[in-house]
Amino acid sequence: MSHRYLPLTEKDKKEMLDTIGISDISELFGDIPEKVRFNGELNLKPQKSETALLRELTRISSKNITTDTHVSFLGAGVYDHYIPTVVDHVISRSEFYTAYTPYQPEVSQGELQAIFEFQTLISEMTAMDVANSSMYDGPTAFAEAATMAASQTKKKKVVVSKGVHYQAIEVLKTYCKGQDIEVVEVDLDGTYTDIEKLDAASDEDTAAVMVQYPNFLGSIEDLEEIEKIAHKHKALFVVNSNPLAISILTPPGEFNADVVTGDTQVFGIPTQFGGPHCGYFAATKKLMRKMPGRLVGQTQDDEGNRGFVLTLQAREQHIRRDKATSNICSNQALNALASSVAMSALGKKGAVEMAEHNIQNTNYMKKQLKSAGFTVSDGQSFNEFAVKLSKDIDEINDTLYDDGFIGGFNLAHLGDSYKHHMLIAVTELRTKDEIDSFVERLGEYHA
Amino acid sequence: MIFERSTEDRFAYSLPDLEVEREELADIIDSKFLRRTEAELPEISELDLIRHYTELSNKNYGVDSGFYPLGSCTMKYNPKMNEKVARLPGFANSHPLQNDKANQGSLEIAYDMQEHLKALTGMDEITLQPAAGAQGEWTSLLIIKAFHQANGDYDRTEVIVPDSAHGTNPSSAKVAGFDVVTVKSNDRGLVDIDHLKSVTGEKTAAIMLTNPNTLGLFEEDIIEIRDIIHEAGGKIYYDGANLNAIMAKVRPGDMGFDAVHLNLHKTFTGPHGGGGPGSGPIGVKSELAKFLPKPMIVKNDDDSYKVEHNVPDSIGRIKPFFGNFGIFLRAYTYIRTMGPDGLEEVSENAVLNANYVMRRLEGTYELPYQQHCKHEFVISGSRQKKMGVRTMDIAKRLLDYGYHPPTIYFPLNVEECMMIEPTETESKETLDGFVDALIQISKEAEKEPDTVLEAPYTTVVSRLDETQAARKPVLRFQHENIVDEK
Repeated sequence: MSHRYLPLTEKDKKEMLDTIGISDISELFGDIPEKVRFNGELNLKPQKSETALLRELTRISSKNITTDTHVSFLGAGVYDHYIPTVVDHVISRSEFYTAYTPYQPEVSQGELQAIFEFQTLISEMTAMDVANSSMYDGPTAFAEAATMAASQTKKKKVVVSKGVHYQAIEVLKTYCKGQDIEVVEVDLDGTYTDIEKLDAASDEDTAAVMVQYPNFLGSIEDLEEIEKIAHKHKALFVVNSNPLAISILTPPGEFNADVVTGDTQVFGIPTQFGGPHCGYFAATKKLMRKMPGRLVGQTQDDEGNRGFVLTLQAREQHIRRDKATSNICSNQALNALASSVAMSALGKKGAVEMAEHNIQNTNYMKKQLKSAGFTVSDGQSFNEFAVKLSKDIDEINDTLYDDGFIGGFNLAHLGDSYKHHMLIAVTELRTKDEIDSFVERLGEYHA
Repeated sequence: MIFERSTEDRFAYSLPDLEVEREELADIIDSKFLRRTEAELPEISELDLIRHYTELSNKNYGVDSGFYPLGSCTMKYNPKMNEKVARLPGFANSHPLQNDKANQGSLEIAYDMQEHLKALTGMDEITLQPAAGAQGEWTSLLIIKAFHQANGDYDRTEVIVPDSAHGTNPSSAKVAGFDVVTVKSNDRGLVDIDHLKSVTGEKTAAIMLTNPNTLGLFEEDIIEIRDIIHEAGGKIYYDGANLNAIMAKVRPGDMGFDAVHLNLHKTFTGPHGGGGPGSGPIGVKSELAKFLPKPMIVKNDDDSYKVEHNVPDSIGRIKPFFGNFGIFLRAYTYIRTMGPDGLEEVSENAVLNANYVMRRLEGTYELPYQQHCKHEFVISGSRQKKMGVRTMDIAKRLLDYGYHPPTIYFPLNVEECMMIEPTETESKETLDGFVDALIQISKEAEKEPDTVLEAPYTTVVSRLDETQAARKPVLRFQHENIVDEK
């Protein structure tokens, strides 16, 4: 035995080769044409012992600035939130994390039930009829809502607000390009979707009207007005939503959304350099059989016991192949579990309380900035807002690191009109002291 | 169900105190945007929450529970060290949108991973963006489409897929906007070259191949296949689902593949997590590199790392941020743990284990393809079917013997198929135990078929009614149920 992960001994190998009827392992590779065989040594770093490698990787990890080393006001789709300790305990149970997709329900009831509970939690949070077992992340879930809408309505255009996360719009365009679906972007008026322009851009050929709530700039879009525009044109109304925010804000389902997507990173998933996070996809019952991704359904066994199985699989790639509603196979099951545990730990009251702390802290910081004379973006905020500063935000952030802060997102990435604007996120984890010191620190960059 | 354990006024959280002065919510936010009815989340104490999930975990079977020879899924051991590395706070708590100088650790890992995957695959450029294999397939096809269109070649609308291919292949081709053309397998389980010639032509954008294929067989005619496609102007795409069989033996790049995806959650031990998250990096040859999704992660002249957003010919963004970092970090840890020699031995032992199990079973079960297999093989339950027992029943009976069944009824071109992939992390004793169980089940099928037909007996539920689940879908817990029961 030459490695701790490889149990075959020389004696084992000898006996196995005898059973196969050959004398050397190389014979098993004899069908690889000589011309293409690899005969050198792979140009990889040599193997390292457990201790030496752990030491090296720990050293590399410490080169990152993190929420442990600095106080963060950065969000922009990925947030520094409270993660109950129980979350990592549960997802570290190897019966969960070393299992495959639950195709054998008799030995996968734990995973199947956990997913069923996740579907329920997401349906509750969004006030939608059904939710699937997860998608890769918020932006790809959002993009798949567009392709589903096109297939459902047989139309080839979607209208999307520029208030949606810029990366979600970029992903949406890539997904739509593959299927020749036109993406029409609608400008903002201040920090809100320009309702008149949205109306003008939507017509009978529109498959979906797509917005984000709260939007990328942190403002709470008027879903009541937007819904009217979408449904007037018989387009699907698609809302991308932060699931923590809608535990306190009126959920999109109550505004008659047809599809609600988003990312559950806010519940129990560390930022981890942007992934893996966990997309969710919720819809009306009418769209249930058009949804992408796996669904778990309740049923019973021969003896009448309650049990769970993967269901409506006729939508999926492993059955329908090129007729499937989506090509998604692997999803984010373990992260969906993490979010379920976090949502269950918080419970009915805790989710609302956590959401409210975001609102209160953010509102407090906006007020402090305003009274210090800063120009703060208009709009009602959940936990993000924009502030104008005196110079390039990347430069400011570089100096903020030296003072122990992770500054907000540089909105100049969205275009020149946002030059010198910083998008600030204030979660429930920020203390009053941290907020006050950050406001004071920004004083140097008063616009 | 956790909702049934819920009791008003219980909870399992501890939020920091609100330190700022609280204002009335209605003074901050329009009341029409304030939720009136709370979401029905469970209310439960911390211990009861832990007991709930512990109970669920006890109803689940993972690689750590026992042998899991699920073909095409590479259910190998998930090293615990990888889990520890992924949880290092420097990685776990890093934010993707910081300035590059604040993310040098994560960027270094990503860059070095790209370099390692280049060496392993023989490709020229890598992106770590795709979240899973299916997204890698689709991304590669968009790249190939962009390549053809950049050449003014708009009529290449077809992607060729073997009949034994995984379902994501035709599905990914479709969502990338292609028509799917199926090529048949011959009686040796390999691509039928004559049929391939007849379906390849001016419309061919690409062929998608796994090699070894889903039958576990090496496509010996790979050079001829490559030439047929390339001469017709198409590209050849490697589905890396089965890379575990060939590391350091033959590389996709050397076989002539133009694009490849890898399932890091298979060959490179990212845990499957009960269905995900995965990680599906892709590699391409240099002529396709400029079309890769953006952003790219590159190394500066001063050995620092940066996120390169300026990729003018890119197909665009396919995923937020930088892919599933936490998963490719685990895979990177694994590659560094094994080193080049270790990975070669991984493939050798994976292939040895598969051939050993195959030869021990061939007297009892029908073996449709006689040649040596690679990391997996298929056998057929056709003999047992004549005894009145189907492959589904054999799979269920295996559960009683403590094994996770193989993949069944896939690939579609073998009757009563069982697809077995032992992986290299299993010992000979484990393999022998599994083979003995399958032989025993065949004896049961012959002498007492009812024992097999009514299995499983030892699981928490018996066979479930899937028809009812699909006919009257119940996809969520309804809280009214609790009230009804009271």
